Amino acid sequence: MNLLEVDAVTKRFGGLTAVSRFSLTVGAGEIVGLIGPNGAGKTTVFHLLSGFYAPSAGAIRFKGVSVVGAKPHAICRRGLARTFQIVQPFVNLSALENVMVGAFNRTGDVMAARQRALEVLDFVGLGARRDVLARELTLSDRKRLEMARGLATRPELLLLDEVMSGLNPTEIEEIIGLIRRIHAQGVSLLIIEHVMRAIMALSQRIVVLHHGEKIAEGRPAEVARDPTVVEAYLGEEA
Amino acid sequence: MTGEVLAGLALGLLLVAPPFLPPYFLEILISVMLFGYLGAAWNILGGYAGQFSFGHAAYFGIGAYTSTLLFLRLGVSPWLGMLAGGVLAAAFGLAAGYLSFRYGLRGPYFSLVTLAFAEMLRVIAVNTKAVGSSLGLVIPNREPAPVNFVFAGKLSYYYVILAMAVGAVWITRRVARSKLGYSLLAIRENEDAAEASGVDALGMKLRAMAISSFLTALGGTFYAQYFAYIDPTITFGPSVSIQGLLQAIVGGAGTVLGPVVGAFVLTPMSELSRAAIRGRAGVDVMLYGIVLILVISFLPRGILGSLRRRP
Amino acid sequence: MTADLLLQAVVSGLLLGGVYGLVASGLSLVFGVLRIINFAHGAVMMLAMYTTYWLFTLAGIDPYLSIVVTGPLFFLIGMAIQRVVIEPNRFAAEHNQLLLTLGLALFLENLALVLWQGDFRSVRPSYAGASFVVGEALVEVPRLIACGGAIVMALALFAFLRLTDVGKAIRALSEEPEGAMLMGIDVGRIRAVAFGIGAGCVAVAGALVTPFFYVAPDVGESFNIIAFVVVVLGGMGNFVGALLGGFIVGLAESLGATLLPGSLKQLVVFGLFVLVLLFRPAGLFGGGRDR
Repeated sequence: MNLLEVDAVTKRFGGLTAVSRFSLTVGAGEIVGLIGPNGAGKTTVFHLLSGFYAPSAGAIRFKGVSVVGAKPHAICRRGLARTFQIVQPFVNLSALENVMVGAFNRTGDVMAARQRALEVLDFVGLGARRDVLARELTLSDRKRLEMARGLATRPELLLLDEVMSGLNPTEIEEIIGLIRRIHAQGVSLLIIEHVMRAIMALSQRIVVLHHGEKIAEGRPAEVARDPTVVEAYLGEEA
Repeated sequence: MTGEVLAGLALGLLLVAPPFLPPYFLEILISVMLFGYLGAAWNILGGYAGQFSFGHAAYFGIGAYTSTLLFLRLGVSPWLGMLAGGVLAAAFGLAAGYLSFRYGLRGPYFSLVTLAFAEMLRVIAVNTKAVGSSLGLVIPNREPAPVNFVFAGKLSYYYVILAMAVGAVWITRRVARSKLGYSLLAIRENEDAAEASGVDALGMKLRAMAISSFLTALGGTFYAQYFAYIDPTITFGPSVSIQGLLQAIVGGAGTVLGPVVGAFVLTPMSELSRAAIRGRAGVDVMLYGIVLILVISFLPRGILGSLRRRP
Repeated sequence: MTADLLLQAVVSGLLLGGVYGLVASGLSLVFGVLRIINFAHGAVMMLAMYTTYWLFTLAGIDPYLSIVVTGPLFFLIGMAIQRVVIEPNRFAAEHNQLLLTLGLALFLENLALVLWQGDFRSVRPSYAGASFVVGEALVEVPRLIACGGAIVMALALFAFLRLTDVGKAIRALSEEPEGAMLMGIDVGRIRAVAFGIGAGCVAVAGALVTPFFYVAPDVGESFNIIAFVVVVLGGMGNFVGALLGGFIVGLAESLGATLLPGSLKQLVVFGLFVLVLLFRPAGLFGGGRDR
């Protein structure tokens, strides 16, 4: 049994089909990359997995149990956490308070949540800025904060949505390192990314989405050579 | 923490000074405590959860009418009636809240629907003979009987409302330092991100609504017992709703002491304005309007909200 | 309920509904461009009614003729309010902007109370009681004129939005704010104009109803609530929807009055409001904001 099983999922918005018969699996301990040109439907897939959208057809199973129709907070409770493409911090709360909200996923006790949050903040490298208001953090720090908040919920699977966008090369290297450390802790990852270098380096397996359909899947090197994939990206540039 | 020391000193003064105050000041202090109390009750849903109710008068009215009717018709002590009113209001709040939140009403739409609910209750009260229609209800027997929530002098009423206000502040503090409090703040800041972090937004908002509506209703009973007269406009009308939110917004929504601070600023201001321009109703509310505009424009986090500094 | 009563209710409801539509159009326009629900809308209407009253009582000017003064006057007042109070806070949180207009409403309503006190006043020109009969229904002339005037005003507004440059800019800004800015539209000015038009519309509506309504500081409040219901029903920002919504709400209120005694008829309107908010917040005709 795989950790995550997406089975021929389709999502329609009125007359528009955003995702069409999309299938994907993530095994325990895997890092899977999800790539595709802009508008391919990648974030829609994340919304479907995390419960913000309900599929028009198909099945989604997390740890063997269907999550279709479950609310986002219930899915998070089960162990699936996500970040957002445009970071969504709680701007008027401090970094610590932000992460505590995630920590409360597993406990009702304030002290325990605080403890967990401090650990996670240190882990992502934000320990020194724990009392800074989220609105005053840099973009790079906000991305770390979002990942920290997700990690505090003790997920088994973490969905990362373009965490590298807007970061400079040094910051990208740092985040790659952080993702590796997260993986080493036993968290499986499904990563949407445009920064090719990063996703090629991190992923064990890559799935390519184009116009809502899977057009390729395989090891990074295979996918990079696949003519349909190249066509899809070049076609977008033209 | 100088804030806590100051608050403690203030509380000490509030406990000890009133027996020596002239009646006029005692009356004002009672108003301050009542409005601070209502503000604190509103604050839990409005300031912490970020759900701006414009119709909290619904709960105030339910509280006032429930205890008064139970007392007048069945001889039930208003102390018990107060609890009954609170429970009834909480039930109504949960129902209204569930409908609103379940159907995803947020922001201004939530405010509008709460306004509609309060107005509906007011219209029903006006048209129901059994509750006195627009003439309202009078509590006739003013013979002191503490067991029936009727006191000889204003001083006793003062201590009751002081206790209620302190209680409301204490409850706010407890909530703020709990999982509920953090969850509510998260919902206020970004409901979707909160959900994605495991926060049951609907459940948490309903909890806040239950506490807020219960407390507000108790205030309604106090009002009924203190003034011995209620009618649909006083209890279900927009002015009560506005009073509650005004204290919280001016003093600092989402802070523990904000509503009380707001009441200490707004009530004397209102009294002074009415004393300055006698015989013209509405001067105080006119000022409220100006204060609201100024606060939103220049001090949007309210007095205490703006004073808060973080390292 | 007899057929006569029904007919009368329909006639009364439609006539008042036209005015509701005009009041709501102004509110809808303001929402479409500025994205705020203006709680002070009814208060502006009330001030316009007082203006009409004073012009009639002190200078003998006919309420309908005084529209020539009241309309433009409140257009300018609206623009001023927008520039001074609302524009500086355009980046504030949504609920704060709502509180801003609430503060404005409290200020204006109580300013009227302080200046002119709470007594009901009325404007009754010579033709105020005129009426004629259509079938079994009584049609009061002032109400007919009000409805007609409202429709004319709404059509004029419609033409303005369609045909003039400023009107097109307003529509552009409400449909595509970012695109409009990129097209070089002076956003600040258009926002002020839109608010001014909203104020002007509701001022005209106020003048139109004075011959058969009462004038008092709280008269705006009832129209305020009705305007909210109409705008949500018709779709926030959907201008035509507001007009149609006005007729629907006018009818609902009027039919409600035949079924329910006293002021209980308001329950029909509020009930409709709650139902629409819960189940079709984008409005019956769509195009509005979804929650």
